[in-house]
Amino acid sequence: MSTSSDFEYRPSTGTGRIANFVDTRVGASAMVKEFGRKVFPDHWTFMFGEVALYSFVILLLSGTFLAFWFDPTMTSMEYKGNYVPMQGVEMSGAYASALNISFDIRGGLFLRQLHHWSALMFVMALSVHMLRVFFTGAFRRPRELNWVVGCVLFILAIVAGFSGYSLPDDVLSGNGLRIADAIAKSMPIVGTYISMFMFGGEFPGHAIIGRLYIVHVLIIPALILVMIVIHLFMVVVHKHTQYPGPGRTEDNVVGFPVGPIYAAKAGGFFFIVFGILAAIAGTTTINAIWNYGPYDPSPVQAGSQPDWYMGFSDGGLRLMPGNWPFSWEVSIFGLAVPLAILLPLIPMAGMFVVMFAWPWIERWVTRDDRVHNILDRPRNAPFRTAVGAAGITFYAVQMMAASGDLIATHFHMAVNDVIYWLRALYFLGPILAFIIVRRFCLSLQRKDREIVLHGRESGRIQALPHGEFVEVHEPLNEYKRYKLVDFQDRPVLPARANAKGKVTSSEKLRGRLSRLFFEDRVAPVTPAELEAAHGHSHDAEPVGVGAGSHQGELDK
Amino acid sequence: MKALSQKRRHPMAALALLVMALLLTGGLYAVATTTNEAKAETTTYSAQDIEEGQKLFMANCSTCHGMKAEGTSSGPSLIGVGASAVDFQVGTGRMPMQMQGPQAQVKPQQFNEEQTSQLAAYVASLGAGPSVPADEDLDISKGNSANGAQVFLANCAMCHNAAGQGGALTRGKFAPSLMGVSEKHIYEAMQTGPQNMPVFNDANITPEEKRDVITYLKTLDNNTTVGGFSLGSLGPVSEGLFIWTVGLVIVIGFTVWLTSRSA
Repeated sequence: MSTSSDFEYRPSTGTGRIANFVDTRVGASAMVKEFGRKVFPDHWTFMFGEVALYSFVILLLSGTFLAFWFDPTMTSMEYKGNYVPMQGVEMSGAYASALNISFDIRGGLFLRQLHHWSALMFVMALSVHMLRVFFTGAFRRPRELNWVVGCVLFILAIVAGFSGYSLPDDVLSGNGLRIADAIAKSMPIVGTYISMFMFGGEFPGHAIIGRLYIVHVLIIPALILVMIVIHLFMVVVHKHTQYPGPGRTEDNVVGFPVGPIYAAKAGGFFFIVFGILAAIAGTTTINAIWNYGPYDPSPVQAGSQPDWYMGFSDGGLRLMPGNWPFSWEVSIFGLAVPLAILLPLIPMAGMFVVMFAWPWIERWVTRDDRVHNILDRPRNAPFRTAVGAAGITFYAVQMMAASGDLIATHFHMAVNDVIYWLRALYFLGPILAFIIVRRFCLSLQRKDREIVLHGRESGRIQALPHGEFVEVHEPLNEYKRYKLVDFQDRPVLPARANAKGKVTSSEKLRGRLSRLFFEDRVAPVTPAELEAAHGHSHDAEPVGVGAGSHQGELDK
Repeated sequence: MKALSQKRRHPMAALALLVMALLLTGGLYAVATTTNEAKAETTTYSAQDIEEGQKLFMANCSTCHGMKAEGTSSGPSLIGVGASAVDFQVGTGRMPMQMQGPQAQVKPQQFNEEQTSQLAAYVASLGAGPSVPADEDLDISKGNSANGAQVFLANCAMCHNAAGQGGALTRGKFAPSLMGVSEKHIYEAMQTGPQNMPVFNDANITPEEKRDVITYLKTLDNNTTVGGFSLGSLGPVSEGLFIWTVGLVIVIGFTVWLTSRSA
């Protein structure tokens, strides 16, 4: 550029002058320099957090539109809008305005559907992002706190969704609130007070919609925004993680800087997500509130379910036997404690506690407090992948139970049988998932070892001069081999005595967990092993190895 | 043939085979299960009808319902159930029953209109019961869908789902979908309470209200596309399934595409 001898830089073009004026006053170029050079590795699994963020932006935009027309009042009125089957029906102002948005306001139904689909997408993308972070071990030092922020975001997203689901004041949303009321009331002593505070008296009252509205449009979105800011700030501070590969170490990040290409890609991706959601919202009905009718506490319609992210809580309640093997209605000091609602909530809460605490649980069991910027491939951390699979199974069984009636009608089964099976799976499923998935991971690791040591099966059969047939194995190139051998070996760490020479009970528990997790393991191929395997068959190029001739090496 | 054998190890070969197999089985199934859609018409019964009906009854129904329709341990008495019940059960193919189970299943009708009305005539002759509804009561151009929605949501939606899509009952019983059911059969079902359904007699739900309900159901039947594809009008479960399958697959497709060419 023009190198002026003046003390102050003087741009030559008009645009340049404006840009320079702004920059000398707000110092934006320093920020661009810092953030523009942030390096992000390219991998498709790294993009679900972005999808969640963009869905959230779309939620804010579409929600603002809906807020122009939605009237959060429970005052009764007669519907006079365009939807014929509801004309002349007494309903709350909230339901009437939700119907008006759907039938009388131009583009209203599209934006309502866009808002609702974006909500489902938001929680889904957030969940998939969390699963990616969990299964690749991205929550390890230094990112434990960011994992916790993510978990808080997950819960906030659920609350945001549930409060929105409850606003239209149709029969379905009222049923959901009734369950929330029952859950509140199931808490001993404080339950009835909490319920009365929430609803301003007996359920349903005349206050809940207005209150939920403020929760939904102000409090929760504000909290989510704050959490997103903290989350992204920590991503910048920690730098992004990366998958193992040649040239990738714990001290670098291999990828592309934000400016200009990555920023353009991310910006374009926002419009892709917007486009996907708009296409879905424009073509596919969601929450047809006009079918349900205005809220009335007496009916619960067939097929009443919460949105998917609340399904697990509804399902947990459906799995709980009402009166078996004994009545769950117990009375303590004259206070009724409805255990049938309270009991299934406890394992659910436990699941969330384990989720929040997992980075510390893993650090404690493995005694691994090192900084990890290189991710694990899920198969290379069989214990973690298995625990994650058990967690998913526990969650999924409850979610399926919430749709037990639809499973029954659509697969021609008795709803009772569906629930019996799911009850069994509630207890056995996580254990089975743990065992099966760990075995899968170990097998995949053995397969990796075999490929590293003996090459890839090429499918070509060679006849040797003395008549033996062997399959030709093609050796791996260095880059592929790198990915297969570069992982952390985690041996069992038995319980050890502390400084006083005593083995504490928590240390014994740690030892037992360590044995459970790491007793069976497949070690990465060492250079010596690699040398031995290759030296062995170097005379025949390409490496030809008879099937089964190396079985002995594969076990451990 | 050589080209085919060379491509047989192509990574997409298994997928292509799967798609072909699914199309073939699906197509054959669709062809094999086309149901016939005959409609019965109300008539007054002659002595001849009753006599013919009795013959049909002896040959097809008496095994379970008894020689005089008095009922046995395998089937209830039909004395006093009326022509309406017969027209519904036989006209929808539920009777004769395909097999014993929690509830009679809909299947292609076994008797034509004439035979159905002969059977109805015979059963009606055994004792007084509700008769087949008049055309007047089924004329939805005279119905009020707003009132029908109220009656439906207060009385029917708990089992049949708010959008009339059906739902599960206990121990394998179920409330069937009401979409595509003829006006007459909906009316008769309310009137006679087939299977596990309660009877909604004329004091409970008047004939005008029954017509309103039918009007509302027909509005739903012809109007499910207000917001686009209805996903079966099953509520949040099908929506959740949609976002986790179609939504997620589309998003993953784009993420893979975006990261496939590095800068």
